[in-house]
Amino acid sequence: LGLALYASSLCAVSGAAFLYHDYCVIGAGPSGLQAAYFLQQAGRDYVVFERSHAPGSFFALYPRHRKLISINKRYTGKSNSEFNLRHDWNSLLSHDRRLLFRRYSRDFFPDADAMVRYLEDFASLLKLQVQYNTAIIHVTLERDRQAWNGHYFLLTDQDRQNYKCSSLLVATGTWVPNVVNFPGSEYVEGYETVSINPEDFAGQTVLILGRGNSAFETAENILGVTNFIHMVSRSRVRLSWATHYVGDLRAINNGLLDTYQLKSLDGLLEGDLEDLAIIKDKKGKLHITLRFYLENRNTSAGIDSVTLPQDELDNFATRAPYDRVIRCLGWKFDFSIYNRSLRMMPGKGNKKKYPQIKPSYESRSTRGLFVLGTASHSVDFRKSAGGFIHGFRYTTRAVHRLLENRHHGVPWPSTVYPITQLTNSIIKRVNEASGLYQMFSILADIILLRENATAFEYLEEYPVGVLAELETQTGRKAPNGLFVVIMEYGRNFSGADKDVFYYNRAVGEAQHAWQSNFLHPIIYYYKRLPTEREMRLRPPDWPLPRPDAIHHIVEDFLTDWTAPNAHILPLRRFLENCLSTDLRNFFAESCFLFAFTRQKLPPFCRQGYVRMQGLVGSEGLRRHAVEAGLLEDYAPTDFSGDRPPDSREGSQDQLLRDHAIPVRPLQHLVNAKDE
Amino acid sequence: MSAQKDRWVFSFSFLLFCASSIPTRGSMRLLQELSPQEYFSSLQAGRASLAYFSHNVSPGAQPFLEQIEDSAEALQDYGVSVVKVNCPKEDVSRYCGKENAVRKAYLFRGNMLIREFPTDALFDVNSIVANVLFALLFNEVKYVETLADLQNIENALKGRSNMVFAYVPATGTAEHRAVMEAAFAYGTVHQFVLTTEATLLKDTGNDESDVSSARLLFCHCQQATDLAEPCRRTAMGQTLTMLNIHKHLKLMGAPLVTEVAEDPEKVSTVHLQLGLPLVFILSQKETYEADRRTAEFVAWQLLGKAGVALLSRDLVDLNILLRSNVALKTPDEGVPIKYLVLEDTDEVITLVENKNKIEQIQEDEEEDEEDEDEKENNNQDIQDDQVVEAVSRDKKRELPVEQILVLTEETFHSALLETARTVVLFYASWEAVSLAVLRSYTEVADHLKGTRGVLLSRVNCWDWPGVCTKENVTQLPTIKIYEKGERSVMYNGMWGTEELTSFIMLSRVSCPLKLATIDEAEGYLRGEFPSELSSHHHTSLLGVFSTATSEAREAFEEAGNILSGHVTMGMYFEDDALALSRKYAVSPPALLLARSGGRSVEGIALSKQSAQDMVRMIRYESLDIFPEITVQNLPRYLQFRKPFLILFSDGDISQMESKEMLKLAKGRPQQAFVACWLNLKKTPVGRGVLKAYFATMPSLPVLVWVNLHAGGQVFKFPSEQSITEMNILSWLEKLKAGLEIPSSTLSEEDWKPPLPAYDFLQMMETAVPELPLHTSHRRGDTPERHPPESPGGDTAVREEPAQETKAEKVGSPGRDLRGTAPRLAAREKQGKRHSKL
Repeated sequence: LGLALYASSLCAVSGAAFLYHDYCVIGAGPSGLQAAYFLQQAGRDYVVFERSHAPGSFFALYPRHRKLISINKRYTGKSNSEFNLRHDWNSLLSHDRRLLFRRYSRDFFPDADAMVRYLEDFASLLKLQVQYNTAIIHVTLERDRQAWNGHYFLLTDQDRQNYKCSSLLVATGTWVPNVVNFPGSEYVEGYETVSINPEDFAGQTVLILGRGNSAFETAENILGVTNFIHMVSRSRVRLSWATHYVGDLRAINNGLLDTYQLKSLDGLLEGDLEDLAIIKDKKGKLHITLRFYLENRNTSAGIDSVTLPQDELDNFATRAPYDRVIRCLGWKFDFSIYNRSLRMMPGKGNKKKYPQIKPSYESRSTRGLFVLGTASHSVDFRKSAGGFIHGFRYTTRAVHRLLENRHHGVPWPSTVYPITQLTNSIIKRVNEASGLYQMFSILADIILLRENATAFEYLEEYPVGVLAELETQTGRKAPNGLFVVIMEYGRNFSGADKDVFYYNRAVGEAQHAWQSNFLHPIIYYYKRLPTEREMRLRPPDWPLPRPDAIHHIVEDFLTDWTAPNAHILPLRRFLENCLSTDLRNFFAESCFLFAFTRQKLPPFCRQGYVRMQGLVGSEGLRRHAVEAGLLEDYAPTDFSGDRPPDSREGSQDQLLRDHAIPVRPLQHLVNAKDE
Repeated sequence: MSAQKDRWVFSFSFLLFCASSIPTRGSMRLLQELSPQEYFSSLQAGRASLAYFSHNVSPGAQPFLEQIEDSAEALQDYGVSVVKVNCPKEDVSRYCGKENAVRKAYLFRGNMLIREFPTDALFDVNSIVANVLFALLFNEVKYVETLADLQNIENALKGRSNMVFAYVPATGTAEHRAVMEAAFAYGTVHQFVLTTEATLLKDTGNDESDVSSARLLFCHCQQATDLAEPCRRTAMGQTLTMLNIHKHLKLMGAPLVTEVAEDPEKVSTVHLQLGLPLVFILSQKETYEADRRTAEFVAWQLLGKAGVALLSRDLVDLNILLRSNVALKTPDEGVPIKYLVLEDTDEVITLVENKNKIEQIQEDEEEDEEDEDEKENNNQDIQDDQVVEAVSRDKKRELPVEQILVLTEETFHSALLETARTVVLFYASWEAVSLAVLRSYTEVADHLKGTRGVLLSRVNCWDWPGVCTKENVTQLPTIKIYEKGERSVMYNGMWGTEELTSFIMLSRVSCPLKLATIDEAEGYLRGEFPSELSSHHHTSLLGVFSTATSEAREAFEEAGNILSGHVTMGMYFEDDALALSRKYAVSPPALLLARSGGRSVEGIALSKQSAQDMVRMIRYESLDIFPEITVQNLPRYLQFRKPFLILFSDGDISQMESKEMLKLAKGRPQQAFVACWLNLKKTPVGRGVLKAYFATMPSLPVLVWVNLHAGGQVFKFPSEQSITEMNILSWLEKLKAGLEIPSSTLSEEDWKPPLPAYDFLQMMETAVPELPLHTSHRRGDTPERHPPESPGGDTAVREEPAQETKAEKVGSPGRDLRGTAPRLAAREKQGKRHSKL
């Protein structure tokens, strides 16, 4: 830090007018503000650049029809604030209880204006350092061996003001509209500018390009007034309730599916937009044809010379002409501001709208550059919630924790517990943790075992993709094995075109828990930290390599995993067998007996009773335990039969003296036979 | 292994016991010795006697004579007297005269000879009893050789009486004797039929049994109506002993189905008395007829293995699931009745038979691996955590929690400001240990009802995790006492009602308490001041400081903070402190220790000790020298990691013992062991300790030396010596010298998982073998499907074969419905491609 300060003052002196900060955040949207919050809480030197005059400028414009599809569940029947975040998709993380989204809107699907207001309040109430009206137009590197990452980031804004940062957090989202170029694409209106007044579409025939939520949202808006709407895209419609991915088509927007399947003139079609061509006729109607036909022709010749598909195939689906064609193809990341030295590369395949990053959210080619928020969704695209507020608020926190460890020597926060709390710690987290729940398959709790399994260290919400680097990324040591607590859907359950409502879809019995389909907790056990190679070669669809043992907690209709026999008992058995110990609880009386009859004590007695914190228990509980056959009642009435007649005592003693009898273990407790 | 050895020792001692008692029994001399005249004149009509005629003692007859002597007692039970007739030398009468007559024994009824037995047919007690009874019960026990004979008898009995058919490989055996003895008792009730022909056994449909072992079948001919059909038979599963046959016949005589209209816990039938389980078929008025038929069907299947009762739910108010249709009551005391939901009668039968099998295995101590596994798998889902189970059994009971204020995130801080002291229990409503503590906490609330200045409250961390995190509650349960606007103390004592109550009471007084006058200080030592604690029995500690010793005083105050709630500490540092210290012959800084109401005050000099040292010293000094050990206070003594010398006593120990032990304990100031006593009346679990040490209860009181932390040997002070300091010391010397042999050694076994877990990894691999779980597999094994290129103008609807994603899930169908729906079965998927542009 001293060096950095020195460097910054140097810059100022040299007159180049670099303003220095340890951390620069580009974009004051949800993820930028979320990152700012954590940096501020940690007392770091940071600044957020926002090109607009207020935070969340994307939400000021989008969605065009103003209805957010992130749910605002105001009631859950529970007061647990952490649990409630599982069903709050709009709030950012903070300590301030005023900054819960349910205070900003009463709607289940809130208006986007509420989000804008929320983000404004978030920035101002928490006094975050946001520099508005600053559009970063260029980012480049300055090599410096003394910098944190071997280079500084040099940022330039629209006024040619330069900024210098040690670490760059890119939270710009994806805001550049996706555009397809084909002959006639100039006739196409964009989602960004198309009218949102349904009256403008009255009696018109509309073709919509795209099949995401923006396309359906647009269709939904004009469904009632158009002649008919057709939708074209390359892929089949993916319904979020079938894929368990919130970015796919949500039920709230899918009114058109109804009218299509009920033959009410609307329709869906599949085809590659790159093959498309649009031709405008003299009446201004738009005809669909294929690029293939145009290539053989002189395009200037006008509509009459162009072959239309229906000329050859008279029942061609889109043979009717359209009044309007609207493009709703989503957005992509703005790659344009980065100097080539940063090598910000687009992802491959369907991830090309996102920059390439590692599972730690750091750029693949530039150390010290982290991508946050929607732009970081390549890590879990079409899998988890990392592209959405309710997901990236947690991944942003994870990135902040990685940075705290890397640059400030603050290891990943953790709590050390005695081993007797192991089952409880897991049960507590899987029942209330929101980060595990929202960022399923991506963020996981890590339990690092201490020597001899007498204690453990609990780390929350670590990005599981960089499990192999755990020790360097967190500053915690894992020499004695670890558990990874994660939540997952059943492997073959969800996906486009899968029937997720089939009969017998839910598993009810703990012994079949591994076949659970709905989101449920899974615990992986590794005797040692997996290596990077093992991570790379892990089975497809697995977030982690093959563990030494695995446990599924059976899916639950209420997502309440606190049932003593169905949830907690099998988990305890799993943990016991991994650690090769006995994790049962015992009343003080049992510990007393063990203390006098065994040389070793079970962990519960060792860590409780022996330290004068034995569980005495009430008389009623003692009686229940006796009735269950799990506690022996030594009250004298039971005992008369065992007293030997006096005449035999002498010989009995003699015998016992000659044969040292090993003490019989307390069979009923050790083996726990219920008989 | 240890158990087996144990058992071996047991049976060995039993043998010894028998052996020692046999001569006494033998001396009763049941065998009469009479002359021929005496014998024949003593014969009474109807009374049977077995006579053996002898000239002096011929050497060859000696072993036979011994056997016949031994059988005298057994035969006496059946009214047969055994007589040795001593023939005079000159006697040549019928029995004495002939040379070979002395090789025989004669059975008379009255003076009529019934049978002569060659002595070689009477080789032992069994054969003598069997043959004699066989001869006497000639009419009651029919001997058959052919199947036709058997069928004739059977047919004749139909509708009239039942038949007991026994097969023995040879007469004169123990089994034969058992059958005969049973026939003697039951011969008038049932018709007994005996055979030695193995073919008959096979013909009666018992082909699975091997002919070398005896068999007994009970034939239910009384109820048989169809003459063409053989009577229904129930084979006896156990070996043929008198006891087993008796049990079997008792069971056959019991009603097939017992109708019950009372609490099943109170029901007792012959089955339970004989150690067999009783199955209840739960019936309702509406289904009575069908249930009755079911019960009868099951009863026939289980005949001889378990009893069946028909319980009508309409008549008994049962607090059980409506779905339950079967209940199982085991003969074991204290095992509650299990209520089950079963789907067919086979399940009932398997239930009983498996249970019997398991018991058999346990009895025989045979470790059959497979059965063991099976058994374990069955038990994996049975709760074996005593705390969790006790709490879940108690969950329906409503707790009396009105006294305890429920705090929330909103009310937490304001509540703390309202009362001088707020006790807060942090717990989770799903966590068993904290629920167990909550139960004790309600009792504390009851004790403290009306105590001013103390508010009992609770926070459910499952509802309000924020409060718990902020209050630094990492473990559940946690109890903290908050002083108004000031510090908080975390409770770190036993989770018991008494301990917690006492802690809260003691916490009300500041620790250490500054005493202002010498009168207060004296009152404090007597336990009369402060008044809040006068009712509380405790040891009082008073630090006396001169004004110069501020360093020691600070350490003392710090120690007081740490020990707050556990001990009562006062301090006096007024100008006249010297007067006080002089009275107790100490010089300040010093600690005065008043045990039990100030009857004795000890003085201890405080040197330059740190607060931690002082804490340790105070803890040590407030322990008793010869304590009564209890469940609650044992840990305080365990921490010294020294051997224990324990006097186990049933009730209070005598003054003499107490005096001697105290002498012993006091005699060694830095003693190498903990001397204590245990009152079995107050701490019954001590019996469990003794049971583990000695297998059987020794006579009390008993003095035991246990090396708890080194080797685990247990030594018993010789019971013939009296418990005096001298005797104990010399015994301890012998122990130290290794001259004593330990009674037992404590197990060194580690605490392993009680049962295995579900091996999901293995299940996944066996059920879905194509799952590339092994790291050796590379990803991308399946070739990527290229999307078909868009063909120009092709609008035909295309159908493609189903994709290769038909991952069928295999699994055994489960029967119960615990989740939303039962498990998934195999499913099929038809993938169809959509119409194309």
